[in-house]
Amino acid sequence: MARFMELGAAVSAHLRQGDTVAFEGFTHLIPHAAAHEVIRQGIGDLTLIRMTPDLVYDQMIGMGLVRRMIFSYAGNPGVGLLRRFRDAVENGWPRPIEIEEHSHAAMANAWEAGAAGLPMAVFRGYKGAGLAGVNPNIRHVTCPFTGEELAAVPALRPDVSFIHAQKADRAGNVLIEGIVGVQKEAVLAARRAAIVTVEEIVDDLGAHPNACVLPRWTIAAIAVVPGGAHPSYAHGYYGRDNAAYIAWDAIAGDREAFRAWMEEHVLGQGPQVFAERVRELRT
Amino acid sequence: MSRQPFSPDEMMTIAAARALRDDDVCFVGIGAPSAACNVARLTHAPGITLIYESGTIGTAPEVLPLSIGDGELCETAVTTVPVPEMFRYWLQGGRISVGFLGAAQIDRFGNINTTVVGDYHAPRTRLPGGGGAPEIASLSQKVYITMKQSRRGFVETIDFFTSFGHGEGGDHRQRLGITTAGPTLLITDLAIWEPDPQSREFTVTSLHPGVTREAVQETVGWTVAFAPGLSETPAPTETELDVLRALKERTRIAHGG
Repeated sequence: MARFMELGAAVSAHLRQGDTVAFEGFTHLIPHAAAHEVIRQGIGDLTLIRMTPDLVYDQMIGMGLVRRMIFSYAGNPGVGLLRRFRDAVENGWPRPIEIEEHSHAAMANAWEAGAAGLPMAVFRGYKGAGLAGVNPNIRHVTCPFTGEELAAVPALRPDVSFIHAQKADRAGNVLIEGIVGVQKEAVLAARRAAIVTVEEIVDDLGAHPNACVLPRWTIAAIAVVPGGAHPSYAHGYYGRDNAAYIAWDAIAGDREAFRAWMEEHVLGQGPQVFAERVRELRT
Repeated sequence: MSRQPFSPDEMMTIAAARALRDDDVCFVGIGAPSAACNVARLTHAPGITLIYESGTIGTAPEVLPLSIGDGELCETAVTTVPVPEMFRYWLQGGRISVGFLGAAQIDRFGNINTTVVGDYHAPRTRLPGGGGAPEIASLSQKVYITMKQSRRGFVETIDFFTSFGHGEGGDHRQRLGITTAGPTLLITDLAIWEPDPQSREFTVTSLHPGVTREAVQETVGWTVAFAPGLSETPAPTETELDVLRALKERTRIAHGG
């Protein structure tokens, strides 16, 4: 049952060293504040899951907290490459990283299988694709009805999933609007806990009957962090800080500049700074 | 015909836009494909359905998105669906008429690499990876590719098969059980390429205005085949150039560039 907590307390109560953890969001509603809190608490040796690891995973990798990453597109959207991720893969800095790489279709299907309590996902994919030759978790099954060969990948079941959402009501039911990505699946697939940061708490979600609402009993903890998705965006609240994504390329391109940036903007800060960061971006 | 000068980049985007039809349902890759698809929508194909992998179906953005999940894609879409549904029902379900992809590396058979330069397990350059492309390439009814020509990009052998085009050529797709047409068009800053009907090797069928065969060959790492009836791509019209430039200008302002 959802408990309203401070973000720091929610993270320390549920996430452990060595966990498999997802911070999901498909360009939209990326839980930056929650990941920054994990970085501050120094919880490491993590296996990270995300379809589109971007800046915040680059930061966690650069801080040496990541042992392994399961993903399908590791880029800075619209800008280019992830330079901390590259440094870890190409040079083992600050530590080597294991990767399990998939396509989006595979990851999306694997999230759905995780939410559905199935051991694996089956889909028509990976035909002729090189990943099938380098990732032993890409296998094939034969349809018992038609004989068609289909791709199979293991379901995604993280210990803990973090998402950011627009709002919760006072009971702890959570509404997500706009590009909803795989967040519902990530919450339902979590084995131990799903933790949600929200823009605000309201009396009434005002949700239409088919809206993406996560009932309060699917969530372990809710923390109110206005602006907590910055520099990604929260539909209806604030826009994407494209300039921050563009600026990240130079910051992440240099180990010293990266460390200095993390000291100033993450390690020496708290969740309260996010509200100020989106002040000029509010819609 | 245009009296204005135009850049090779503009010619590429406009030539790519012209390939799309009003009744296409197009799965749009980010970057160069996104510009071409939106120019098509704003010129000759107002009815086109543009789909981005973030789940936005029938989107009509005023400016080009920086990412495949920008808010405006959702705000202007007919509907926005969850990402698993996007890949399961709409792509896997066979609803996409054209998948429009870019690439870092391409070979003569339209196989694409956006994963690594060098060995996969010890890469010289780790690129972002495939994202949606592996299944866009195999499940869209056909695939268009657009990218600038360079020796680094147009290579004899790609380092990694991120997305399967025509494999080793001929009937390689069919032998793998792939039922879709695969890459049927490659639009670059210099030329338009189409696969040979038998070998499936990409062959230059049209040179952009002012481009020579030599200029095409210089930027390609294999010996280029030119079609017998080689034609010249019509230059951008005033309208096409105006629409593209206005779109780029709105985009520049919106993204604070």
